Amino acid sequence: MKIHKYDTVIVGAGGAGMRAAIESTKRSRTAVLTKLYPTRSHTGAAQGGMAAALANVEEDNWEWHTFDTVKGGDYLVDQDAAEILAKEAIDAVLDLEKMGLPFNRTPNGTIDQRRFGGHSRNHGEAPVRRSCYAADRTGHMILQTLYQNCVKEGVEFFNEFYVLDQLITEEDGVKKSAGVVAYELATGEIHIFQAKAVIYASGGTGKFFKVTSNAHTLTGDGQAAVYRRGLPLEDMEFFQFHPTGIWRMGILLTEGARGEGGILRNKDGERFMEKYAPVMKDLASRDVVSRSIYTEIREGRGCGPEGDHVYLDLTHLPPEQLDAKLPDITEFARTYLGIEPYTDPIPIQPTAHYAMGGIPTNVEGEVLSDNTTVVPGLYAAGEVACVSVHGANRLGTNSLLDINVFGRRAGIAAAEYAHTVGFVELPENPAEFVVSQIERLRTSTGNERVGTLRRELQETMDANVMVFRTEQTIKTAVEKIAELRERYKNVSIQDKGRRFNTDLLEAIELGNLLDLAEVMAVSALARKESRGGHYREDYPNRDDVNFMRHTMAYREVGDDGAESIRLDYKPVVQTRYQPMERKY
Amino acid sequence: MATPVLDKVEAEAAASDHLITVTFRVRRFNPEVSADAVWEDFQLEIDPKERVLDGLHKIKWDVDGTLTFRRSCAHGICGSDAMRINGKNRLACKTLIKDINPEKPITVEPIKGLTVLKDLVVDMEPFFQAYRDVMPFLITKETNEPTRERLQSAEDRERFDDTTKCILCAACTSSCPVFWNDGQYFGPAAIVNAHRFIFDSRDEAAEQRLEILNDRDGVWRCRTTFNCTDACPRGIEVTKAIQEVKRALITRRF
Ligand SMILES: Cc1cc2nc3c(=O)[nH]c(=O)nc-3n(C[C@H](O)[C@H](O)[C@H](O)COP(=O)(O)OP(=O)(O)OC[C@H]3O[C@@H](n4cnc5c(N)ncnc54)[C@H](O)[C@@H]3O)c2cc1C
Ligand code: SF4
Ligand code: FES
Repeated sequence: MKIHKYDTVIVGAGGAGMRAAIESTKRSRTAVLTKLYPTRSHTGAAQGGMAAALANVEEDNWEWHTFDTVKGGDYLVDQDAAEILAKEAIDAVLDLEKMGLPFNRTPNGTIDQRRFGGHSRNHGEAPVRRSCYAADRTGHMILQTLYQNCVKEGVEFFNEFYVLDQLITEEDGVKKSAGVVAYELATGEIHIFQAKAVIYASGGTGKFFKVTSNAHTLTGDGQAAVYRRGLPLEDMEFFQFHPTGIWRMGILLTEGARGEGGILRNKDGERFMEKYAPVMKDLASRDVVSRSIYTEIREGRGCGPEGDHVYLDLTHLPPEQLDAKLPDITEFARTYLGIEPYTDPIPIQPTAHYAMGGIPTNVEGEVLSDNTTVVPGLYAAGEVACVSVHGANRLGTNSLLDINVFGRRAGIAAAEYAHTVGFVELPENPAEFVVSQIERLRTSTGNERVGTLRRELQETMDANVMVFRTEQTIKTAVEKIAELRERYKNVSIQDKGRRFNTDLLEAIELGNLLDLAEVMAVSALARKESRGGHYREDYPNRDDVNFMRHTMAYREVGDDGAESIRLDYKPVVQTRYQPMERKY
Repeated sequence: MATPVLDKVEAEAAASDHLITVTFRVRRFNPEVSADAVWEDFQLEIDPKERVLDGLHKIKWDVDGTLTFRRSCAHGICGSDAMRINGKNRLACKTLIKDINPEKPITVEPIKGLTVLKDLVVDMEPFFQAYRDVMPFLITKETNEPTRERLQSAEDRERFDDTTKCILCAACTSSCPVFWNDGQYFGPAAIVNAHRFIFDSRDEAAEQRLEILNDRDGVWRCRTTFNCTDACPRGIEVTKAIQEVKRALITRRF
């Protein structure tokens, strides 16, 4: 076991982690721990763009952007945070350009912008061009640019280090972050990182669904680590299902495809979004479009022998436009479906995409231990966090924005905090939890397999807590997850070695997914209303009287060791905008 | 749009919802167990439209959990899973079974020229070191940062578009015979990433980068075998980029 000491430790090297690292490395001694090589992070998969009211191609301003964000989130957005997001968006994009990001350009040489779902002129009048982009590779360019600048700043990375536990020490009755415990993939060695400030930037948790745009490695490790230590998770029932995943595979086809003029059609060739969203049509917000697709499918207008998908039609767009603006996604269609998008429509279905919920933070990125109390020394940013700027449904292009705005804020805040304090003492035997978890898995002779349990988890999640939910389906999921958690105790692995033991880590990741799936389902069961990404067929309306509030889920352990989830609620911050019915 | 009756994909899907049996012949190596690498065969039932990565997952999840490889995104964007498949460097997640002659055993082995650590996992550090050595970041000399974005014409942006696509998968570098013989050679990927900045109209350090690549282990080692271009899963014209860097070194124009 090795012990390291740093001012600031960042968990994760995606967009949020590296944006934070660029700031904190300038200000404090920083280590970035990441289970993947930085450039492997899933930020690189983002396609469509990053929102900012630059007004380079048409009139726009940050107030309209704030409004769209609040409305898109079905009014569950904390409006003070949304305002910061929209205001700081402009500098966030300009900063990236200065760091070298190769944005697409207008004829004047400024950053080009395009339309994206839910982004509108003057509070919903018409779609507006707000998304700054680099073809359909915006996330790739952000990830590469941030990594390049980390190389330039000499950021210290610990690659293929898995953070498996959060260390908390109580000092004068206050719970403080003391550091993290990490597992080195190459050697199997355990490392303690004592740090004055820890920033979680470990990304999403989409892998508990089967059809998903998320990477195999998005297993919610950060959320699970703090949750296990008694800290709450906010709004976990809100998950975004993106309308256009490649049929059966879930690989994302960016909303930018519809921003460029792509149209959704049912088996009769009908442009069905006109029925559901007369103004924004195919560019209504994602929850609305995903539900419309499933409504078409359920009512027998789906395509294919099983009627289980619809089409994304790009055939009316000039091939030069597809080549210039959507080169990657057209290549995905060719590679994975053998389809030529110039001439054939692409079969799509909604795909599990984005966790709106996560570790609750304030606008400085400080993690909360209840509705208001900050955990000194603990920060979170990016998809792992819930600020909450996305509320019940995130607008496209607002996440690449989120990771840059709040990654930067968390990096500055953490490093500055680290200057004002000493190290918090490590708990006694800090590696205890991780050591015992690993030993149990390595020595277990149980007869359950990771692959089987994960498959069953993904199937129940897809069937029961996806686009449409009811009390019945959610309860089915809750019961199934409980069964799987029981069976997980009998999981055994075949690889007993120390070197690159991915068998072991997949088992640990599955444990995290099971914990978080349970939180999601239990939170969803209690929210007896429909809002944004959470749609209850048995409660089809939004209920502002009872549910205009954030869910806060806590893990409780009884005296007998029995685990349970306690739900509490937190008020939504409303400043300018009163809730209205959401029409597109 | 043509009236969507049973179109090509669905017809194919309906026809081939059947599974076929394929043999995966995988190069195994685990120094904790044995100093020697061996070939191991696995028989799998698989849909031919699935990826080689899906096949490796089937082995790992259902047959042998010790099989070790890197992967993340599963759709050719993160650069984790470059490997030698039937003797050619490819991404396992971007190679469909049906496209690589599944009647014969499919061989899967680690990329060459980097130290194998376990099964398909190689030591990527020398590769990333070469990348870092070419100063892969925008360098400008202006003393006052502009308040807005720098301007760049669409043509100037297009000039280096091809090399911005690199995902640092190492398929090119590890297919290069010069790199196999001399690990000191920067390798195609590092040159691609230098190219990305040398030809960016905003960058002002082209001379410095060219000097680095003028080194004895730099661009002049390239023998234009085109292996790298063939291997690149992003379709980057790697050899052309290297040629352009060579030309810039001679003419000092970029
Ligand atoms: C296909 C796709 C397309 C998208 N397109 C867009 C778009 O066009 N616009 C937009 O705004 N948003 C888009 N999004 C959403 C957006 O890309 C993500 O929400 C965002 O990139 C998340 O960034 P992050 O830094 O929080 O996490 P990630 O980029 O996922 O990074 C997570 C990091 O954490 C590390 N990590 C995880 N667990 C551990 C652990 N236990 N220990 C150590 N390190 C760990 C990983 O190594 C990785 O470096 C898209 C998402 C997907 C999936
Ligand atoms: S140039 Fe192509 S093959 Fe080489 S590292 Fe980049 S993406 Fe991979
Ligand atoms: S797994 Fe990401 S490129 Fe293959």
